[in-house]
Amino acid sequence: MQLLRLVIILMCSTTVLHAQDDLLGELSKQDSATTVPVAATFKSTRVVNGHSVETMKKKHLDFRISHRFGTLNSGAYQFFGLDQATMRMGFEYGLTDKFMVGLGRSTSYKVYDFFGKYKLIQQSSGARNIPVSVTLFGGTGVATVNKELEFQDKLYYVAQVLVARKFGERLSLQLSPTYLYRNLPLVSGDEKLLLAVGIGGRFKLSKRVSLNGEYFYTAREKNTLSAPYHDSMSFGVDIETGGHVFQLHFTNSLGMIEKQFIGETTGTWGAGDIHYGFNISRTFSFDKNNKRKKSTDQ
Amino acid sequence: MKMYFFRRVFATLPVIAMLFGKVLAQGGMYSTAAGNTRFSSETPLENINAENKKSQAILNTANNEIAIRMNMRDFVFPNKLMQEHFNENYIESAKYPTATFSGRVTNAPDYSKDGQYDVSAAGKFTVHGVTKERTIVGKMKIEGGKITISSDFEVPLADHKIEVPQIVFVKIAQIISVKTQFVLMPKK
Repeated sequence: MQLLRLVIILMCSTTVLHAQDDLLGELSKQDSATTVPVAATFKSTRVVNGHSVETMKKKHLDFRISHRFGTLNSGAYQFFGLDQATMRMGFEYGLTDKFMVGLGRSTSYKVYDFFGKYKLIQQSSGARNIPVSVTLFGGTGVATVNKELEFQDKLYYVAQVLVARKFGERLSLQLSPTYLYRNLPLVSGDEKLLLAVGIGGRFKLSKRVSLNGEYFYTAREKNTLSAPYHDSMSFGVDIETGGHVFQLHFTNSLGMIEKQFIGETTGTWGAGDIHYGFNISRTFSFDKNNKRKKSTDQ
Repeated sequence: MKMYFFRRVFATLPVIAMLFGKVLAQGGMYSTAAGNTRFSSETPLENINAENKKSQAILNTANNEIAIRMNMRDFVFPNKLMQEHFNENYIESAKYPTATFSGRVTNAPDYSKDGQYDVSAAGKFTVHGVTKERTIVGKMKIEGGKITISSDFEVPLADHKIEVPQIVFVKIAQIISVKTQFVLMPKK
């Protein structure tokens, strides 16, 4: 019986000793954050022209000004394209952390575009291992340049399933199957329906600079009379500076909305029909709760 | 013989109970997983604040050892883009997921007496993978079986090799002020 007592005393004292040994180890055992969502697959909601899997966070507004200049091969007289510019102004807002809506106005064909984007699956590691992020994108737009047209004929619809994976800190790749339907194509004889697949990615050169590229393959014959179009290919650099993200790029597409860059790209890289362009994205937070807390802190 | 055995067992029970009681009282572990850590960067141009409500702390009142740990990803910023940049560019959460402190309370009070005491803790403070020996001054309040620890201190970014680039639109202070509060309860 003496022995039993001794054993119990020893047992108790060793557990106490063990706990004293490594308090930090004890804390990491209790860590609740076992599933870690993979953040920042892309720096912004766009890869270059096309949407990325990223959405705006709740109550955050992204004010976005995008420019595309004329083609580089237009010569010195046109200052290599910089004399002409088209632009899109966009207001894009996160209703929840997963669902965002946006509206924009492009100067080209005077298009008003509207979209919604929902983050369906978030890539994560740890206890729950999910290999990819999946975001659904749906949009529509009204081209108001031709006043003669019926309202119906000014419309187009676009839907995408964006699937992306962040491979480590530097490399992210995305696949973007696209459905595009134009009620009235620009050129008569062109098909109303266009299916396409986009492939895009980014490679981080440094903490704040990344190289982006994107290509949209369209399921149609290229450069025909009824559809004098080519596939869109773009390369860009994202630079982030605090609340801003600057995206500088070279692309053979002039438009900045899906209907235009996927469906109506007339230039080719081979012929030098390359447009220089840039997007400036500025994020504003309208999170009242955080603001109130902030003011009581000070 | 059988009776004798049971009697011995029953005689031992109070000893076991006493032992456990002693363990609880003496090796008193107090902990929380809902501690509050806030930091702020204040410059004439911009103030940035972030808050972590899931900071962990554990205190062993038997030997005054203390450990604090938090996930950098649990810091919440009013501006989510800043939060992303904090994780991606400044603190590099993927590489250095936690900030920790592990040390000893140097002028520990009598934990059995309610009251408020000025205390300090000396130990290893690790942020962004860089460990510094630091003595952190704070307050300890003992009340109704709870121990509340609070502390205000400063973290110079250069100490922990946290780089701030030249071209940023958001101004970030070189010295970050940190406020913490932990309400520790007896550990079950």
